[in-house]
Amino acid sequence: MSNLSLNNALVVKNVSKTVSSPEGKLTILSNIDFIVTKGESVAIVGASGAGKSTLLGLMAGLDTTSTGKIFLNGHELSDMDEDGRADVRAKNVGFIFQSFHLIPSLNALENVMLPLELVGKQSAKKIAQEILFELGLKQRISHYPHQLSGGEKQRVAIARAFASEPTVLFADEPTGNLDTKTGENIMKTMFKLNQESTTTLILVTHDKALASMCKREIILDAGLLVKDSKIEK
Amino acid sequence: MKLLVFALRAFYRQIRSGEVVVLIVAISLAVASLTAVGFLTDRISTSIERQANELLAADLRIRSPEEIPATWIEIASEQGLDVALSQSFPTVVYAGSKSALATIKAVSNNYPLRGKVRISKTQYGDEYVAHSIPNENSVWVDSALLSRLKAKIGDFISIGNNDFKIDAVLRYRPDQSIGFASLAPSILVNLAAIPSTNLITEGSRVNYSLLLAGEEQLLEDYTNDIAGLMSESARISDRSDSNERTNQAINRSQQFLSMTAIISILLSAIAIAMSARRFMKRRMDTVALMKSLGAKKQFVVNVMSLQLIMIGLVGVVLGCIMGFVVENTVSNILAELFSGELPKPSLKPLKIGFLAAFILLPGFAFPSLLQLCETSPLRVLRRDSMPPPPSQLMIGGTAVVAIGLLLYYLIGDAYLLSIIMIGTITISFLLYVVGRLLVSLLSRMRGNIGAAWRYGLANISRRGRESAIQIVAFGLGITVLLLLSFIRNDLLEGWQETLDENTPNYFLINIQPEQTPEVEKIFKQNNIASPDFVPLVRARMSFINDTNVKSMVYPDERGKWMANREANLSWSNSINTSNKLVKGSWWSEDYAGIPLVSVEEGAAQDMGVSIGDTLTFLVAGEEVKTTIANIRQVDWNSFQPNFFMVLSSNALESFPMTFITSLRLDNDKSDILSMLSEAFPTISIIDLEPILQQVRQIIEKVSLAIQIVFIFTMAAGVTVLFSAVHSTIDERRFESALLRAVGMKKRMILMSLLSEFAAIGLAAGLLAATGSSILAWQIAERLFDLQYVFSFSLWLKGLLGGLLLVCVSGYFATRVAIKSPPIIVLRNN
Repeated sequence: MSNLSLNNALVVKNVSKTVSSPEGKLTILSNIDFIVTKGESVAIVGASGAGKSTLLGLMAGLDTTSTGKIFLNGHELSDMDEDGRADVRAKNVGFIFQSFHLIPSLNALENVMLPLELVGKQSAKKIAQEILFELGLKQRISHYPHQLSGGEKQRVAIARAFASEPTVLFADEPTGNLDTKTGENIMKTMFKLNQESTTTLILVTHDKALASMCKREIILDAGLLVKDSKIEK
Repeated sequence: MKLLVFALRAFYRQIRSGEVVVLIVAISLAVASLTAVGFLTDRISTSIERQANELLAADLRIRSPEEIPATWIEIASEQGLDVALSQSFPTVVYAGSKSALATIKAVSNNYPLRGKVRISKTQYGDEYVAHSIPNENSVWVDSALLSRLKAKIGDFISIGNNDFKIDAVLRYRPDQSIGFASLAPSILVNLAAIPSTNLITEGSRVNYSLLLAGEEQLLEDYTNDIAGLMSESARISDRSDSNERTNQAINRSQQFLSMTAIISILLSAIAIAMSARRFMKRRMDTVALMKSLGAKKQFVVNVMSLQLIMIGLVGVVLGCIMGFVVENTVSNILAELFSGELPKPSLKPLKIGFLAAFILLPGFAFPSLLQLCETSPLRVLRRDSMPPPPSQLMIGGTAVVAIGLLLYYLIGDAYLLSIIMIGTITISFLLYVVGRLLVSLLSRMRGNIGAAWRYGLANISRRGRESAIQIVAFGLGITVLLLLSFIRNDLLEGWQETLDENTPNYFLINIQPEQTPEVEKIFKQNNIASPDFVPLVRARMSFINDTNVKSMVYPDERGKWMANREANLSWSNSINTSNKLVKGSWWSEDYAGIPLVSVEEGAAQDMGVSIGDTLTFLVAGEEVKTTIANIRQVDWNSFQPNFFMVLSSNALESFPMTFITSLRLDNDKSDILSMLSEAFPTISIIDLEPILQQVRQIIEKVSLAIQIVFIFTMAAGVTVLFSAVHSTIDERRFESALLRAVGMKKRMILMSLLSEFAAIGLAAGLLAATGSSILAWQIAERLFDLQYVFSFSLWLKGLLGGLLLVCVSGYFATRVAIKSPPIIVLRNN
């Protein structure tokens, strides 16, 4: 399948990442190679230090590869400067982080409006309200992050991620800061929205149970891709 | 548009959430202190200037040998200026069988526009303020003239074709000259009575004056309007021309008040830089998130710049309001002390406040802004991902350019600016280097001390660069405060000399050579030490080198006036004690070579002459060619007989001369003056007491102003230092919470913070003492012409001041950090 196939959400081609350290060059990722098609849900799993977050950063264009190429929705990220990658992110990417990353000075509604405002959507407020209502946060839209519980914060973060209808949604340990029950509810919400919107989901986690909710699993170990398989339900 | 809307929304949200409040408060305080000091100094300066204007009896005087055209008066009235007219001319007046030469001073109804005329009902009796001028049938006569005419109050005096009743003794008029040109004592006459004397005919030597008073801008407009209409012989004078003695005090005071404004700027700049760093740190996560959501770098730069502009605008508006309110409150308190209403402030301080914010904000916040915009979006995944710090060159460069621009706008003096800039940069660099040395030294001391000190010193060591920057900030703050303290004390002491109880209060002029032994005898009989009699010869300068003084081009308008006036020359073979040689050397006691001349420094500058140039004088019809041997500085505050030109004895000894002297006479010995007047009617006695009183009043006002401004600037400095400590509050709060979480007691955390501040304060204090000593030495000697004396107490003040200031402000700024419940801090982080 071509790298630029319309059906590909993400192409990771022979990607390596090395960084300088006091002990010399340190290889974090080595020759990673895989393709994610549109609408897929992929879990990237591995132990701490396996290189999951580094790979997520590279795939989302937050960082640059040392060697190899990454295509996001047909755009070759490795050829782009920071502004080019930002443009691709604005139009194609959504994020959900372990630590929520809500802006403390903005209330729930304003946090969801932010990515929409960045791309100049006229109806930012309406869209943000609709999605927050859908996630059961009607009574919380004017609340600030410090006034929300962990689960509510993450639901606001999910609303923000889906509000701009991204092609690819990157979720980095989305339940890492939540208790089990809340985590489950959050995941259900996330997968429900994923199915409704046909957004491609890339989930980075070390939690096997969470990973099993995806359709495909990529396992990293010490910077190497050791397994890429479909998950049998 | 999208950008502006986005930035406005973000700004509104930040204001609402309180996120930018610290930066706004820092700018507001900076602007407030600057504008409050500006408003106050503006009003005090105007008040002082007005008092100085009394020496002209107006704010502005136009003098002409021709009658003042009616159109000039009309223009002035139309522009809303207060107007008065005066004429002065010499004439012989008669009382009975006696006659004497007098200066007639004819004035219109609202004379004087500034200052008061004082009169008395007896010679040397109690004087009081006159609220009008003499009526058309009476005159007020100088006491020396009364002695010469042997006349008394109630007698009649003939002036030209008319007789006038002597109604009062003229003791003081604001524009009376205390120079030696006005040998003839004056008579104050109503201007309306002059035609009846028939004294002014074609060819009469009359000085016509138009006196004007009003707002500075109106006067400036009027001067511009009238400039094209004036003939060459007309001369405009403002207070800067009025009197050298008071000018020196006023100039010093204005220099000092400007210094306080500069100090406020430096302190403000530190506060803005510190707050901007905190702003930058707090916005880093947001910027990373914005970038991860697709915001481009340029968008982030634009949004942040717009936000800074908005922060600046809000800061300026709040600061100006605060500054105005604070100044108004202080002025109200001061009004009584100033025995009168202070003049209205101009809008200039607002402009300075606005400029200061919008030059300092980018200058000191720009590196932080740039660093913020470099935040990698990767920070959303790795919180330890920090943007690369801006280069030292950029931090220093933008700061120096901003401060330089602003200070140049304010002081417009490249030399003074360079002293301040070089001093500040040198001290900053030294402080930074020593700060880094201290940090490395302290990290080695940690093993041998208690836990609190260990943690405190570890904090300094761990923050390395930041600790050094804090030392720089505190060091600079303390430096300027010490400098202010030093200059204030030094200036006050310098001025106190003017109030010396031995300062002469009378001048005796026109003493004939043969009268000096008799005058000395009278002094001796009354147990008064005989003063020095200084010779005086009237002359006119005719040539400078070989160029006629009338066709010469002068570097300054005053030079033209100086060269063309009727000059008073003296001679001496030794330099007067109130003079100081600045160039060249004095001739020997027995000098007999070509005639030499010593020229006063300002006069030499204004005329554009120097050592080796020749000055030719016309003395009693003869030409005397002199060569400039030296240039000298004159302490006009000494109230000794001083001259712009002093010649070698051999140049003038053969010409007809008179003598002058100055002396101190207490009230109980004022009878001697009557005795002298009666014995020597030709001797003119000039009472300096009113002038001295005027100088004293000015000095008292200036001293008071300085003390108030000092307190205010000191408070501004402490506030700025406070915000500097506050800029690290977030990390301190987090660390304190962590330490408490692992079991450290509040008291120990407090002790560790205090030990950290104590070490920083001591280092900053020590270095500030060094820096301020160097700066004080330069400023005292070069700017204020005062001799610098090394002050050990300055060093002690630096150390203790640094320790106390940093510890106290550090304690108040960080106690919130210590008190915050650990669980909330850790959870929110």
